[in-house]
Amino acid sequence: MSEQVPAAQSPEVIQKLKFYQKGTFTVGNRLTGDDGRSVQASLNRSNALTCGHRACQGCGEALGARYALDAAMRATDGNLIAVNATGCLEVFTTPYPETSWQLPWLHSLFGNAAAVATGVAAAMRVKKHPEVRVVAQGGDGGTTDIGFQCLSGMFERNDDVLYICYDNEGYMNTGVQRSSATPPAARTATTPAIGPEPGNVFGTGKSVPRIAVAHRIPYVATATVADLHDLEHKVTHAMSIHGARYIQIDVPCPLGWGASSHDTIRLARLAVESGFYPIFEAEHGKVTAVRKIRRKVPVTEYLRPQRRFAHLFKGEVPDRRIARLQAMCDANIDEYGLIDGRDDGA
Amino acid sequence: MPKQIEGSRATAEAIALCRPEVICAYPITPQTHIVERLGELVKDGYLANCEFINVESEFAALSVAIGASAAGARAYTATASQGLLFMAEAVYNASGLGLPIVMTLGNRAIGAPINIWNDHSDAMSMRDAGWIQLFAETNQEAVDLHIQSFKLAEELSMPVMVCVDGFILTHAVERVDIPDQAAVDEFLPPYDPIQVLDPKDPISIGAMVGPEAFTEVRYLAHHKQMRALELIPINAGVFKDTFGRDSGGLLRGYRHEDAETLVVAMGSVCGTIKDTIDEMREAGIRIGLVVIVSYRPFPTAALRDMLAAAKDVVVVEKSFAVGLGGQLANDVDTALRNLPDGPNLHSAVAGLGGRPIWRRSLHRLFRQAVAEPWEGTHFLDLNEPVIQREIQRIGKTRRSGPTAESLLRQLGRRGELVAAGEETST
Repeated sequence: MSEQVPAAQSPEVIQKLKFYQKGTFTVGNRLTGDDGRSVQASLNRSNALTCGHRACQGCGEALGARYALDAAMRATDGNLIAVNATGCLEVFTTPYPETSWQLPWLHSLFGNAAAVATGVAAAMRVKKHPEVRVVAQGGDGGTTDIGFQCLSGMFERNDDVLYICYDNEGYMNTGVQRSSATPPAARTATTPAIGPEPGNVFGTGKSVPRIAVAHRIPYVATATVADLHDLEHKVTHAMSIHGARYIQIDVPCPLGWGASSHDTIRLARLAVESGFYPIFEAEHGKVTAVRKIRRKVPVTEYLRPQRRFAHLFKGEVPDRRIARLQAMCDANIDEYGLIDGRDDGA
Repeated sequence: MPKQIEGSRATAEAIALCRPEVICAYPITPQTHIVERLGELVKDGYLANCEFINVESEFAALSVAIGASAAGARAYTATASQGLLFMAEAVYNASGLGLPIVMTLGNRAIGAPINIWNDHSDAMSMRDAGWIQLFAETNQEAVDLHIQSFKLAEELSMPVMVCVDGFILTHAVERVDIPDQAAVDEFLPPYDPIQVLDPKDPISIGAMVGPEAFTEVRYLAHHKQMRALELIPINAGVFKDTFGRDSGGLLRGYRHEDAETLVVAMGSVCGTIKDTIDEMREAGIRIGLVVIVSYRPFPTAALRDMLAAAKDVVVVEKSFAVGLGGQLANDVDTALRNLPDGPNLHSAVAGLGGRPIWRRSLHRLFRQAVAEPWEGTHFLDLNEPVIQREIQRIGKTRRSGPTAESLLRQLGRRGELVAAGEETST
């Protein structure tokens, strides 16, 4: 892999497509026409993040990054440069002397991916390469915490960068510590499930998608690995726009969440269907579309398979914090109108 | 063309002549006039084909420069003091990635206590960060060093920090010869990167490196700096051929050939030291100066050759390592290591936080170094009575309060020690 060969031009390195249809909603390519098929379904996909990397089994981030970047590569005809924050994605893709990246890729620091991407975009302008576009990417720690100042600066200047945050709700690369994207009550290494208030605090929360919308940048979206067609569509749409854009993808982390690796997609779907992770799009400060909940599930269905929430289910009576988490989900459903007929807050 | 011009504006015009393609600006005293002027030059179209980006912090300033440089653009930024510390992580990153960014440092003290005036604490805090560090003695040299720096940085693919004394140089209006564009273009070819982010030839930059190769990667960075020891004088020679004046280089001597006492210093204080030396020479004292221009890489061998024959070496520097002493003195000590019958080394710290360095104080210092040498580090013009009183005071009470504010109270409004019990109230 250290030999860099652009995958799109080298048929011999393209993997055989593997479709598994086991009653999921996610892989419907065979049932759709050519136009409706995913980028991943194409023999000409770029494999921007190619095989051989060291992500854990069931890693939501690896899946999300692959879909997002291949969609961006298709949208830009391969004229794409990626800037990566320090984190799992950076570490598991570049075990020296190998790299999984089939596009030009730069890792600088943990907290500066947005600013580095601004620099790359500036260089492309001054070097008269308007066709070359820039994606910055990082985990939630590198985005919502340490990289937040650079991110906000990039938004405010409306620099021509798509920033993708792979949100696994914690510092998983360093051993599962709390970030500002960690949900309330969740157990992490720095919010242990002990004492009178086990797990993470019920703070005010820090929703960077909402903060991005408040910057009134051209495009903001949340997405999920439970709906990869939707993710590809959003990335493709984002690449059709210039200026600052932000996509945050819910990427379950089997290790950090204490979940089975085969449950990654199921958990991502339950996060959507419970209202825990609202999926929406916004342009220039206004929400333009939401992904409706198909079959609302109680938040316990989402929480119960994850060991990070196990302490909520130990007592004989329901934990009062489950009710608070359910209230958070319901507030999301009301705020974004995720269920028809509840738009009035009913 | 020679003109009366503020140091910062002269520096900005020199940078513009180097045709930077991305400039990142964040205000911090005393470098602000440089980026302000560059902003004007971009906005009015004089500096064409350049992106001027107002960022939200110094950390972002250097990070934007890192991205721009890795994508093949000639990148520049400027900072000082706290700003350099705030971007510290990116400072190491830029050199680790081997990106030829040029950065001006308007040398300023580091707080607390907060202090906007000149010393070299900021540059010294990054002396091991893998950047080439050049110190300007005059504003003419600041102009010339910037032009040489882009060439040096790009030849080696390594960042260069040009250190210019805050206020003393940045805000001084004096006669400076700003070169012609044609001459600068002849001296400095367009940036031809050794590594670049290019979709046609995708490479990964910034991969994780483990113990199997980290030492070798670091060694190669050291090897590049050793190459800079050869390149810096060569470039200074080409510069002289192009522009007709001596500027830059690793180091230079002043009345040093027959000197028994040699002073070693960096930056603008060398002017005051030269005046002092002239006066002492008139009094028959064989004293000279060695000006260090390139602090990193440190010209160990060349310095040893210049100092070897002296009886006494006095290092005067505007920074020190708390708990150890003068940093430059330590490096000079390294140069003198294992020298049989080498000179006696005397370390003096002066001009911290903008304190003026007077000729009369230097006279005393240089005479004392020979006649009554001190142990350890000498602090020039240290106010001993106020120190002694403060040490006594804090020995008497547990809650002695903040040191800086207490000292200000004791010094009173005129900066002179007031009588005990009559301290200014705060």
